[in-house]
Amino acid sequence: MDIKWDKILVGGDPLLVASQIAIVLTTVGIIAALTYFKKWKWLWDEWLTTVDHKKIGIMYILSGVLMFFRGGVDGLMMKAQTAVPENTFLDAQHYNEVFTTHGVIMIIFMAMPMLMGIINIAMPLQIGARDVAYPQLNALSFWLFFSGAMLFNLSFVVGGSPDAGWTSYFPLAGKEFSPGIGNNYYMIAIQIAGIGTLASGINFVVTILKMRTKGMSLMKMPMFTWTALITSLIIIIAFPIFTIALLIGMMDRLYGTHFFTVEAGGLDMLWANLFWLWGHPEVYIVILPAFGIFSDVIATFAKKRLYGYFSMVLAIVIISVLSMLVWVHHFYTMGVGPTVNSVFSITTMLIAIPTGIKMFNWLFTMRKGKIEFTTPMLWSLAFIPTFLIGGVTGVMLAMAAADFQYHNTLFLVAHFHYTLIPGTVYAVFAGLYYWWPKMFGYKLSEKIGKWHFWLFNIGFNVTFFPMFFLGLNGAVRRAYTYSAESGFSTLFLISAIGSIFLAAGFAALVYNIYWSFRHAERNVGNDPWGSGRTLEWSIGSPAPHYNFATLPEVKSIDAFWYMKKEKKGLELRKSDIKPIHMPAKSWIPVYMGAAFFVFGFVLVFEWHILSVIFGLSVLAGLAFRSFDYDSGYYVPVEEIIETEKWRGEIK
Amino acid sequence: MEKQEKGFPYGHVIGFLVAVALTIFALLVVFKTSFATSTKFTLIGLMAVFQAALQLFMFMHMTEGNDRDSKVIHTIYAIGMGIVIIVGSIWVMTAGHSIH
Repeated sequence: MDIKWDKILVGGDPLLVASQIAIVLTTVGIIAALTYFKKWKWLWDEWLTTVDHKKIGIMYILSGVLMFFRGGVDGLMMKAQTAVPENTFLDAQHYNEVFTTHGVIMIIFMAMPMLMGIINIAMPLQIGARDVAYPQLNALSFWLFFSGAMLFNLSFVVGGSPDAGWTSYFPLAGKEFSPGIGNNYYMIAIQIAGIGTLASGINFVVTILKMRTKGMSLMKMPMFTWTALITSLIIIIAFPIFTIALLIGMMDRLYGTHFFTVEAGGLDMLWANLFWLWGHPEVYIVILPAFGIFSDVIATFAKKRLYGYFSMVLAIVIISVLSMLVWVHHFYTMGVGPTVNSVFSITTMLIAIPTGIKMFNWLFTMRKGKIEFTTPMLWSLAFIPTFLIGGVTGVMLAMAAADFQYHNTLFLVAHFHYTLIPGTVYAVFAGLYYWWPKMFGYKLSEKIGKWHFWLFNIGFNVTFFPMFFLGLNGAVRRAYTYSAESGFSTLFLISAIGSIFLAAGFAALVYNIYWSFRHAERNVGNDPWGSGRTLEWSIGSPAPHYNFATLPEVKSIDAFWYMKKEKKGLELRKSDIKPIHMPAKSWIPVYMGAAFFVFGFVLVFEWHILSVIFGLSVLAGLAFRSFDYDSGYYVPVEEIIETEKWRGEIK
Repeated sequence: MEKQEKGFPYGHVIGFLVAVALTIFALLVVFKTSFATSTKFTLIGLMAVFQAALQLFMFMHMTEGNDRDSKVIHTIYAIGMGIVIIVGSIWVMTAGHSIH
């Protein structure tokens, strides 16, 4: 117990003190509001203990939006700091903490939950299932993610943030060079969230392989479901690598082992190797579902079948295999020699081929289509040229010899923002606008949505395009300041101004959610876009909790489109409705989240005796689960008929 | 599978004993012999592969059920990825200057 209680709260900096006060006030406010409006029971019954995949998805998305705000504020702070040379808004240490949390939060606690949320909501509906294969495990996944995210977010006011970059390279991240507890948060919070992600991966694979409705062979699945399947397979292969790396990193920091240390036979660069063995597949984990969202949105609003369906499937499979074969391109400059670097250059450049196939397929899907410029479609259209810039600069970086010049500059930073923001964030926005009526029963406002789109898009390009040139001129990443003589000032200022538009775009999204919640038209019907192609548009909006009153039969790809066209398979007959078996809610997942949170917290502070005690509380949850024999309940026929009234009279 | 549920599970007991024996052999090779380190690694590596195969065929129903083809595909895929991860890491971490 060498960390004392008086070191827990980080003090001094006015920004931090203000945040601490804000956190306390918000917490008190939420608790007071819940008590005043008598909402505790509702919260517990309807949300905290739910195993409904749609509600879990909504909770994922809500957390993702919150984390987007947190990560975005970090980004704005960095932009404010570098807006003018020799700025003193943030000091070096604070800047290190901010770029570290920005990276971790945006990838692991924003992009991942957003996509997990959208997969949770849309995938079971697209394959005609009533829930995922393991509903309670699904809830556990969410609560582990949530507890990891909260633990990580606590770091900046309690104990200090990690400050070794989102890549957390050893030996810098080791005890030797980072003696504080900040980097313990990294090792433990991400571990907790990672267990949840791994469970989700297994859950989704089983769901897609085993729970497709009658007639839906693998090659008749919607493209989004295909990408969810491949993403889940990559999760299952790649996440255990990170689990192990984090575990032995934690052993190094907490218990004095020497896996990644410089002395005593440790191999510090092994961390980089293991990190990127997970880290590169990870970027495909967040980009493949995004490709799936774009595929579905483009086919819907071009009102055409997706061009080259088979080649699209083949492309994502090839991308998933290649994703495991390129990790060294993140550390060419380690000095592995020309042979290794050349091999990984080639595998990296190969990725451009399947990605190019997908790009052309999207373009050919739109060719001669009747394109409707709805908000989801706008995000998909903007994705193509912006992502192309990210991809082309990626091929530049893939060349090992050239990479020695680009390495560690803002050119690289601009490149990966040009892939991850159009690739993942635009897709998340497209997916949110597209499936919002299926989640809540009303559309988000198209008008405010267009403000959101234009502000965000212009802001994004103005923020990150100058960074390519800054990088080529030699501005390094992760540097908290620069001199006026460097000549970087103008481009840095332009970039900072761009980030204000980016923030305004995000504010427009939040306002849109608020405005639409208050004023948007309800009763949008089952197919609010009027051109839905897949099964989720055949059921009510919002989707009833049992999803499908009767399980549909699929005869071709884009099944719902053909059902509408041929007017077959859509009507609901009273005689076909049977009681529906649904899983019961459970307190165990939320308990496990809480237990892991406390367990993680005492581990972070290296209170070893307490960590044994709270470790037992985690095991207790597992034991309770072993004796949980609740096999669910049946939804009665009358309730189904009542819920399906929007269809008109059911004969 | 139905057949195995009746009678004494000889297969499982033998498999279990062989697995225990292999583990003990591995410990003996490391602690009680004076082979060169590389020989020790090779020996325990071989025993590990043999034991993994034993587990897959005797306990994990590799060759049973109507989805045996997909099981075999998944296993080959997983082994391939394992090789990429392990052999790739060793190659990268021992090539060029990275070891110094």
